[in-house]
Amino acid sequence: MESPLLFGISTMAYFIAMMIYFIYLAFRNNPVGIIATSFTIVGFISQTFAIALRWKEFAELSGMGFLRSAPLTNLYESLTFFVWCLILGYLIIEFKFKNRSFGAFVTPIAGLVLAFIDLTGVTKEIQPLVPALKSNWLLAHVTMSFIAYAAFAISFSTGIMYLILNTEKRNEPAYIFWTLTLGLFAILILSMGIDLFTFKVKVRPEIFIKSYLFKTSFLHPSFTVNIISWIISFCIIFLIWKYGYIFKGILIKFGLSADMLDEITYKSIAIGFPIFTLGGLIFGAIWADQAWGVYWSWDPKETWSLITWFIYAFYIHSRFVRGWRGKKAAIVAVIGFMAVIFTYLGVNLLLSGLHSYGSQ
Amino acid sequence: MEKEKNTLIDKIWSFFASIKFAIIIFALIATTSIIGTILEQREDPAKNLQILSRLFNESLAPTLYDLFDKLGFFNMYRSWWFISLIVLFALNLIICSLDRLPKIWKLVKEPMSPLPAETLKKFLIHREFTIKNTPDNIKSFVSDTLKKSGFKCTEVKEDTGFQFFGQKWNYSRLGVYLTHMSILLILIGALIGIKLGFKGFMEVGEGTVTNTVISGDKVVTLDFLVKCENFETEFYGMSDMPKEYRSWLTIIKDGKEVVKKSITVNDPLTFEGITFYQSSYGIIPNSLGGGIFIINVVSKDGRTNLLNLRFGDSFQIPGTNLTGRIIDFSPALRYDERGNSFTYTNMMNNPAVLIDFTESGKHKFSGWIFKRHPESWQLPDGNRVEFYNYWGVEYTGLQVRKDPGVWLVYLGCILISIGLFTAFFLSHRRIWVKLIFENKNTKVIIGANTNKNRAAFERKIDMIVSTLSKNKEGAK
Repeated sequence: MESPLLFGISTMAYFIAMMIYFIYLAFRNNPVGIIATSFTIVGFISQTFAIALRWKEFAELSGMGFLRSAPLTNLYESLTFFVWCLILGYLIIEFKFKNRSFGAFVTPIAGLVLAFIDLTGVTKEIQPLVPALKSNWLLAHVTMSFIAYAAFAISFSTGIMYLILNTEKRNEPAYIFWTLTLGLFAILILSMGIDLFTFKVKVRPEIFIKSYLFKTSFLHPSFTVNIISWIISFCIIFLIWKYGYIFKGILIKFGLSADMLDEITYKSIAIGFPIFTLGGLIFGAIWADQAWGVYWSWDPKETWSLITWFIYAFYIHSRFVRGWRGKKAAIVAVIGFMAVIFTYLGVNLLLSGLHSYGSQ
Repeated sequence: MEKEKNTLIDKIWSFFASIKFAIIIFALIATTSIIGTILEQREDPAKNLQILSRLFNESLAPTLYDLFDKLGFFNMYRSWWFISLIVLFALNLIICSLDRLPKIWKLVKEPMSPLPAETLKKFLIHREFTIKNTPDNIKSFVSDTLKKSGFKCTEVKEDTGFQFFGQKWNYSRLGVYLTHMSILLILIGALIGIKLGFKGFMEVGEGTVTNTVISGDKVVTLDFLVKCENFETEFYGMSDMPKEYRSWLTIIKDGKEVVKKSITVNDPLTFEGITFYQSSYGIIPNSLGGGIFIINVVSKDGRTNLLNLRFGDSFQIPGTNLTGRIIDFSPALRYDERGNSFTYTNMMNNPAVLIDFTESGKHKFSGWIFKRHPESWQLPDGNRVEFYNYWGVEYTGLQVRKDPGVWLVYLGCILISIGLFTAFFLSHRRIWVKLIFENKNTKVIIGANTNKNRAAFERKIDMIVSTLSKNKEGAK
């Protein structure tokens, strides 16, 4: 068995699981739920083997020893690991809270990320390490960051669901916030999808963003196409805003309560925050100190990690301030994960810095 | 007993100690930090003018540049207002701790005391059941069970029976304050580093020594010399992908060689509190032709001769009349499709030397010999010319740092990890167990509380209850 084949199996398994989770949500039939969970577990096991195989291959190829050969050194490998953490986190929640409804939200993210890797031509080849990455801190720094990112991803989705459940009126700021967030995500995925299908290119993500992103929509040479894109985007946001209550109805049907969502949001941040502080910020600083002689240099990656850290610190402290529990806190949790995405992808793809090697 | 907060100072104090103030500071630091990730920091103004005209408008860019320059946006993490935010953040941490720590400390130090049954019944976690035995018979079993669950309990004799009480992770309530103090330690460490240390850069050519470090617009002179014996880039296989950058350094103090070490990117050298990091490398300007070729000549019958040669030098292969002369050099030679050689970069990626061989004045053969390709070392007549190194043309770029505060930063990092893990993953749990002699049996009342994760503690209590009630007879 080769690792690409195993990764393929897990992508398929996550997508199949997603569909079965949808069926489960529609009929709330327990055997169906068990099948969905089984597919998720199959995907997870196959992905675990795939990561282990790649690790072994890399260790043999580089001859650098086991600990230094963790397959976490480029965008492809780290996104894969993120998916792995996310599914693990989801399975833990499923067993702890005895609720499968989240599966319908988590498996599509997992499947989409793996498919994104496949479509955009993120390099899958095992690449030799540049000298700066040859450190024992790599494993600790990257694994812990991604475990924290996965925990934050869970708090993001439960935060959004909390807002969906707890908003009543269309002119409420929290309602406008979540419809706008979902709308922007939908527009981004849609326009990127159109770009990918039109250009059918397999290039590195930075090049894709520089030369292809939005070239079929917002940045198309024709002015008419631009206008149409903006109008369609506006319509998408308007429709989500107008019919947002449908989402609420679905969530209520799934038996999700606001208290439970709030608890999961808080608990995943309470787990993610210390891990992120230690693995992301501290180990990153120690590593930078040993490699470059500066533990903190305000390069964009470091600064964005710090911004993320302050947002979650804000979330944790705001729970003690009167009037900040509930919706406002959930909004902060959602913004926190947007900062995570930007820290991980935005900085590498849009801004430059010492960390740019991560985006190869 | 809270004091009435009337005076202005009290009001300011309680505002600075408040969580509300903390979250305002968090929000301000987080949002303003974004500016410095978009605009180039401490860079050429032209770069920022370009960014500004791309973000806004070509005609607006110069005006905005002046405005942003006045606001310190191009060196914002060192600007007066950003530093003020950090100072306010530190003040908040200090005042909040001064305000709360004494109260929490008193609570932590306060000994637990036995409680009446009515109070225990009011606890959120509270259980009652009966054991068919007398309190005297089962009390050691109760105490053992509690001990096994992690509660070392105090035993008190009461009129109607006994009471046990104990707690776990009492000090975890201080985790929050440990976290806050560690952040202060890190800030103090950083401040000491900025005030008493320096960061700089030095370039040392192969075979040369230096003691000057360029630190911003200052020049720092070290009281010892740094010598670069050699610099080398290792590559993956035959590719141009760098695997390791390595400098062999020697520290010379008072004319004596005191330390010798080879450094790589993740493995620096520290001497007298000053650390040297492998940071960059390059070719010493105008030196490319002036280096020394380290060549080992091996004759057919195995005689060797290690030579240091310069461009244009000749040498003889031992035991023959064959004379070689270095007539050309390339730092990175490659052949194109038609077999013509060309230099593809002026870095030392694939050094090659062209040697012309003559025998008693008559031209025999000539060819390129590559440092990285041992198969090119073999001559057509069975002799061998091994090309080890071209030395004396590269320099190593070292990041130099003296930071007397770094140990405080590291200490702060260790403590913040401990603080965060106690604050988030440990909970303070207290339990009271009252045994009341009632109708020849023992009535057990359990009351318990915790500051977080009540559900997990309730499961634990239920386990204790089931252990106790399974052993009704109290026999051991």
